[in-house]
Amino acid sequence: MATKASRSAARIMMAPAVILLLGWMLVPLIMTLWFSFRVYLPLRGGDQGWAGFDNYTRFVTSSAFWPSVQTTLIIVLGVLAITVIFGILIALLLDQPIWGQGVVRILVIAPFFVMPTVSALVWKNMFMDPVNGLFAHLWRFFGAEPVSWLSDASMGSIIMIVSWQWLPFATLILLTAVQSLDSEQLEAAEMDGAPFLKRFWFIVLPHLSRAITIVILIQTIFLLAIFAEIFVTTGGAFGTRTLSYLIFQRVLESQNVGLGSAGGVYAIILANIIAIFLMRIVGKNLD
Amino acid sequence: MSLKSTLCAATALSLITASSAFADGHSATITIATVNNGDMIRMQGYTDQFTEETGIAVEWVTLEENVLRQRVTTDITTNGGQFDIMTIGMYETPIWGANDWLVPLNDLSDEYNADDILPAMAGGLSHDGTLYAAPFYGESSMIMYRTDLMEAAGLEMPDAPSWNFIAKAAREMTDRENDINGICLRGKAGWGEGGAFITAMSNSFGARWFDEEWNAQFDTREWSDTLNFYKNMMDDAGPAGFATNGFNENLSLFNQGKCGMWIDATVAASFVTGDDSTVADSVGFALAPDNGMGKRSNWLWAWALAIPAGTQQEAEAKQFIEWATGTGYIELVAENEGWANVPPGARTSLYENPDYQAVPFAQMTLDSILSANPNDSTVDPSPYVGVQFAAIPEFAGIATEVSQEFSAAYAGQQSIEEALEKAQAITNEAMEAAGYR
Amino acid sequence: MARSVTPRRKLLNTTVAWAIGLLIFFPILWTILTSFKSEAQAIAAPPIFLGFDWTLENYRVVLERSDYARFLWNSIIIAGLSTVLGCIIAVPAAWSMAFVPSRRTKDILLWMLSTKMLPAVGVLYPIYLIFIELGLLDSRAGLVVVLMLINLPIIVWMLYTYFKEIPGEILEAARMDGATLRQELLYVLTPMAIPGIASTLLLNFILAWNEAFWTLNLTAVNAAPLTAFIASYSSPEGLFFAKLSAASTMAIAPILILGWFSQKQLVRGLTFGAVK
Repeated sequence: MATKASRSAARIMMAPAVILLLGWMLVPLIMTLWFSFRVYLPLRGGDQGWAGFDNYTRFVTSSAFWPSVQTTLIIVLGVLAITVIFGILIALLLDQPIWGQGVVRILVIAPFFVMPTVSALVWKNMFMDPVNGLFAHLWRFFGAEPVSWLSDASMGSIIMIVSWQWLPFATLILLTAVQSLDSEQLEAAEMDGAPFLKRFWFIVLPHLSRAITIVILIQTIFLLAIFAEIFVTTGGAFGTRTLSYLIFQRVLESQNVGLGSAGGVYAIILANIIAIFLMRIVGKNLD
Repeated sequence: MSLKSTLCAATALSLITASSAFADGHSATITIATVNNGDMIRMQGYTDQFTEETGIAVEWVTLEENVLRQRVTTDITTNGGQFDIMTIGMYETPIWGANDWLVPLNDLSDEYNADDILPAMAGGLSHDGTLYAAPFYGESSMIMYRTDLMEAAGLEMPDAPSWNFIAKAAREMTDRENDINGICLRGKAGWGEGGAFITAMSNSFGARWFDEEWNAQFDTREWSDTLNFYKNMMDDAGPAGFATNGFNENLSLFNQGKCGMWIDATVAASFVTGDDSTVADSVGFALAPDNGMGKRSNWLWAWALAIPAGTQQEAEAKQFIEWATGTGYIELVAENEGWANVPPGARTSLYENPDYQAVPFAQMTLDSILSANPNDSTVDPSPYVGVQFAAIPEFAGIATEVSQEFSAAYAGQQSIEEALEKAQAITNEAMEAAGYR
Repeated sequence: MARSVTPRRKLLNTTVAWAIGLLIFFPILWTILTSFKSEAQAIAAPPIFLGFDWTLENYRVVLERSDYARFLWNSIIIAGLSTVLGCIIAVPAAWSMAFVPSRRTKDILLWMLSTKMLPAVGVLYPIYLIFIELGLLDSRAGLVVVLMLINLPIIVWMLYTYFKEIPGEILEAARMDGATLRQELLYVLTPMAIPGIASTLLLNFILAWNEAFWTLNLTAVNAAPLTAFIASYSSPEGLFFAKLSAASTMAIAPILILGWFSQKQLVRGLTFGAVK
């Protein structure tokens, strides 16, 4: 590897960029920390002095806090499960020789390009509306009572919408991994008479483990912060209030920036716990 | 083209555009933030006339209501100065006015005739007697009903019905086979959606948000009566998924002929009798119901134009407000699109105009507006101003969370008792945090 | 692992794959179809798939009401510049992490990623105040910086995974030949990393294009991109499915087309080091 001289030269040359980078990312963090210790009420004249740990205790003792953490985790886990499982299946299918592979791939990745706001609006109004939505028409066609998706199956609906958006991402990464699989090994296993499930379990899945790790890691980062999908569909009602939505309610609806910032600090702590947890379990895959 | 050259070209292109991107010049241009309601969009269409008359250019920032609220609130509280005119409502105006964030509108021209603004509207848009926002249109709420279905049910709608009559009529008109629901009401979470409706309704049941010491009142029998009455009626005669229906959803249901009755904003009258409606010929109007306790269940609201303090274009902004909320604009719209489409509920003179009196919903709108009083909206005394809201900064946040609990109860995810218990806790918690109790 | 299969098997696979593809694509297709309907036909029961009276009315209304070109241009500029700027800053950082790693490299990377989990709304007020102070409100420059910072961790991480895959021996050889650090970076590393950089650019362009919190809250007129354009068509009074569909189609069409044309590139690079 690098010599001692080049190592230090690289350090010196790269240090400014790294420091700048870290510094830039520290700014919002420090601001959140600062405001979390202040009584900051924009509609009552702004910053009104120190609050001590009041914001922290108030945020965590609020009846909405634990349910919101739970909701966040359910949504993240639900979406991860759906996108990983279906991502693997679709990736395996797309890897087979089929006619029009390019077009199918385009169809499958298309949702990734749709703005979250647009996809939430489309799903909510044109599919899940209990009167005019396509699902309602479909249900009625089969003689069933239309379902009020966003109230009666609120969590499932949101998980579905978000999964639809993230399935292409998972599929793409998994597909690249599937394509790099050594086909000779598989063929040999097939000749030995290993059934599909066995081949999948002992050859395909281990090969995909690294890609699955990446999918989980990247998606978790984005899923922990999902906002538009909830803002547009349920507005946090029917048990869909995630931690980031609760913070939104504290900051913008209740106009209590101090309290919301304390919530932001909790959110970062939660994010880091999850990140460390992820690394412990799957970190070895990343080296 | 190779990838490398594409990248180079892209970089060069963006650098060129960046250098031109950061220069922006202002010359008598005012920026207006507004909500994407029909009347505002129509106003945008006529902006060219204003520019022609005055030479002042107008930039519109049109946003959906929820987004608009967070956008303008952030800007006004931080003195951001992004807008020269903001479209705000009766809830924000007195609070912002009290904070000196708005330019007082007490020096509008004689020609504008500020005394012509309906007293109920002017009162709700003032703080300490000073007008801070000029109403573009005002509204109360009333019953819109299908005369044909009412007749088929063998009933006759009184001008001022009671809740019991409405519940009975709703159940009789319901015909699930033919997809007709007796009554459509808002159930959607949000203080300005279902929250506004249930608060106005609760007034007629003798309930109130706070007692005079700012204690939450959700543990009272009046609130439980209100919610039980609402839920029972909607379960029997309301549309599927009513817990997620707001103004828009109900409007679309009513226009498709799927509602027997609908109690909502008076401005909806021009939509349900307009071109998009399949039932335009058979719509009747009545005052919002009461319960014999002296208060009706109608609200009072205005979308109004206000000028944030610190704008560089105060004179131009005032000119625009006089143009948009004056009688001239009403005549302009009447001339081009008919009297039924003018912005209603803002000016006394409009209701004295014989042309407008001929519009079927004009009188009922005025009566509804006149029967709401923000300063005396509850049966028992309350410390707050506002009919379907309490004009304190904390209300929007609290009421949104409370209405979410209510919506969950409407959808059957929790009992009404549970919802009220949580509402009580949420409200008292927040009022303590804000230092009221 | 593609292998040859019997035609029957291929037909079966093709059918299933097409069915799934169409199912996933259907919401977008339905939106596009609805944008050509009248408002009344958009909510007709039972729904009409193709046999409606095709009309461009919705597009006419939307174009008349909003200055679409300006929103589009802002989206292009903001997403494009923030991505390019992000790459310029991220390349050296990722380089040093990949080739001169220390014990902390992985922790730093992880920490960078975790800052992305900070809910944006928590810092809305502070950022807004800073923007006022710097006069950056409603300016493209301000948004470019914010979006660049938001996506920086992802950019660094993506680049890091590519750089790590470049065999160290090549760099060693270059160094033996007396290449300076600058030369090494410019002539050896960059060409090899081009596919990676390209797909990083693409992915982050998409992410920046779709970002809907800061682009809405920090803009008014001059810098408002397509996300603000959409916000003026979501849930107005009256029937709106068709107009909303038209506006949605206009907002996603450019990025959809770009994505489709560049999908090979995107697929090739979008591995995050998942393949070894």
